Amino acid sequence: MRTAFFQELHELAKDHNDIVLLTADLGFQLFDEFRAKNPNRFFDVGVAETSMIGIASGLALCGKVVYCYTIIPFLIMRAYEHIRLDAAHHNLNVKLVGVGGGFTYGMEGFTHFGLEDLALMRVLPNMTVVAPADPIEARCLAKISYETQGPMYIRLGKSGDPIIHPTRPDFRLGKALWMTEGKNVAIFAMGSMVLAVIQAREILRKRGLCPTLVNMHTLKPLDKEAIIQIAKTHDIILSVEEHRVEGGLGTAIGEILLEIRYNGFYKKIGIPDRLEKTIGCTDFLRHLYGLSPERIAETVWKTAKTGDKEI
Amino acid sequence: MDANPQICEYKEAASEIRKIVLRLIHETCSPHIGSSLSCVEILIALYFRLLDVSPRSAKDPNRDRFILSKGHACPTLYAVLYKKNFLSQADLDGFAQDGGALEHHPAMDLSRGIEISTGSLGHGLNMGTGMALAARIDGRSYRVFVLMSDGELNEGSNWEAIMFAGHHKLTNLIALVDANKIQALGRTKEVLDLEPFGPKWSSFGWHVQEIDGHDFEQIFGAFENLSSTRPNVIILHTVKGKGVSFMEDRLLWHYKSPDAQEYRIALEEIAK
Repeated sequence: MRTAFFQELHELAKDHNDIVLLTADLGFQLFDEFRAKNPNRFFDVGVAETSMIGIASGLALCGKVVYCYTIIPFLIMRAYEHIRLDAAHHNLNVKLVGVGGGFTYGMEGFTHFGLEDLALMRVLPNMTVVAPADPIEARCLAKISYETQGPMYIRLGKSGDPIIHPTRPDFRLGKALWMTEGKNVAIFAMGSMVLAVIQAREILRKRGLCPTLVNMHTLKPLDKEAIIQIAKTHDIILSVEEHRVEGGLGTAIGEILLEIRYNGFYKKIGIPDRLEKTIGCTDFLRHLYGLSPERIAETVWKTAKTGDKEI
Repeated sequence: MDANPQICEYKEAASEIRKIVLRLIHETCSPHIGSSLSCVEILIALYFRLLDVSPRSAKDPNRDRFILSKGHACPTLYAVLYKKNFLSQADLDGFAQDGGALEHHPAMDLSRGIEISTGSLGHGLNMGTGMALAARIDGRSYRVFVLMSDGELNEGSNWEAIMFAGHHKLTNLIALVDANKIQALGRTKEVLDLEPFGPKWSSFGWHVQEIDGHDFEQIFGAFENLSSTRPNVIILHTVKGKGVSFMEDRLLWHYKSPDAQEYRIALEEIAK
């Protein structure tokens, strides 16, 4: 996903000399081509994320479209107040490209997990928040991010993410992608969890349950129409995100459901407040916290079929 | 009396600016008078002579940029922008008023000559660094001036910018430090000692000059002596509350605003 995004950005940069790329000393070999071809538009600011945001904002004020890259906690949490004031408040063309959503950096540990970023970013003024689900969406997003005025947070996985779209999707900011149409039960997911719910649906299908799957790649602006439409036609709705269960996708959807007085059952699946002391790789941790296809399928099945609707 | 008539003019302007600042702060019971009075001379030097920017060129991509990183001293910036016709009388009268134009910290408004919103310390130098870098990328000749406070240098983000600008030799970036020696809760020396201050900057690759920040001759002299190979910092040794005897060098006037009697005495002192 990461490679696809930057390959596309490198292509765009050939025709658009206002694109500037900053990294806070991460992305080994990822930018070699861009750097070689655009030495005056690539800067490794050093391990200095706060400065990266300020410098990016100054560049953007002078007409540049600036992409800032590093791992999510350093990009978002370390520099948050600078993102809030410099990039968001001034409504600048600063595109924050964070890698490592959720447990992507499994064995690297808590310091590298992106658990709270969606909650933090969706409350910032002018900020668009997107998490593509596969390399094809990431490619689409590279171009869209350049063409969209204002600050944007792009939450990426790492690399090696499988392709889930057989053909190029109609990827538009703020418009959910309907992956499959089912009945009665609907699941909203974003980013890495789209593939997980596609796989979970396969498990459920074998047991006779065919939920509707909706890919909410854009958290802000949120596709309210899609939520309203789903709410009208489904008795049970679930959200799945590789993020703290409070504050992110599930909360955003829940807010809409409350406003429209949805009278079905709604359940959020995400990462709990406190993590276990156990360590593990990405898949291990996703399974541990209920985000593997098997665990998601189990939760959906219980919710839909056995009446186990405890929150 | 100064021999140089232009310096005399600037000194008169400084008195005018101080009177406006006093009025703005007194009438609205606003804070930060001490911080505002310590940077009067540098702002006059910039806007009356050094900066290549005017209301007509306020959005020109080739204009010089000025950032008041110590945003809390904005009454002085507002008074100077008013004198240079960026701000109207109505704008000025709207200082710290409900529905008015000007807050206690500057809000970005290019048409009013305010480049970025500041007030949270430690932002201006990084954004100025980005602007200076953009000039280099685009081959433009404008300069970027960032006025900071000495207390503000407690913020670690500044030192990231100082590293970057030093490493990349951004010669079009000029940091100005209003070193009035007092921050919100005490003397800078007691809160977090910055000394040796000048050598800190020079060790990061900056050209450092230290001058009396209230002396126009020294200010203009420093600008004549800028490095063309390194980023520049001018450390302006100033007095907090400069121009009003009972405010000078006193922590109290970081936040306090003058009452009617104090206001009257202050005006009399400045008029002398």
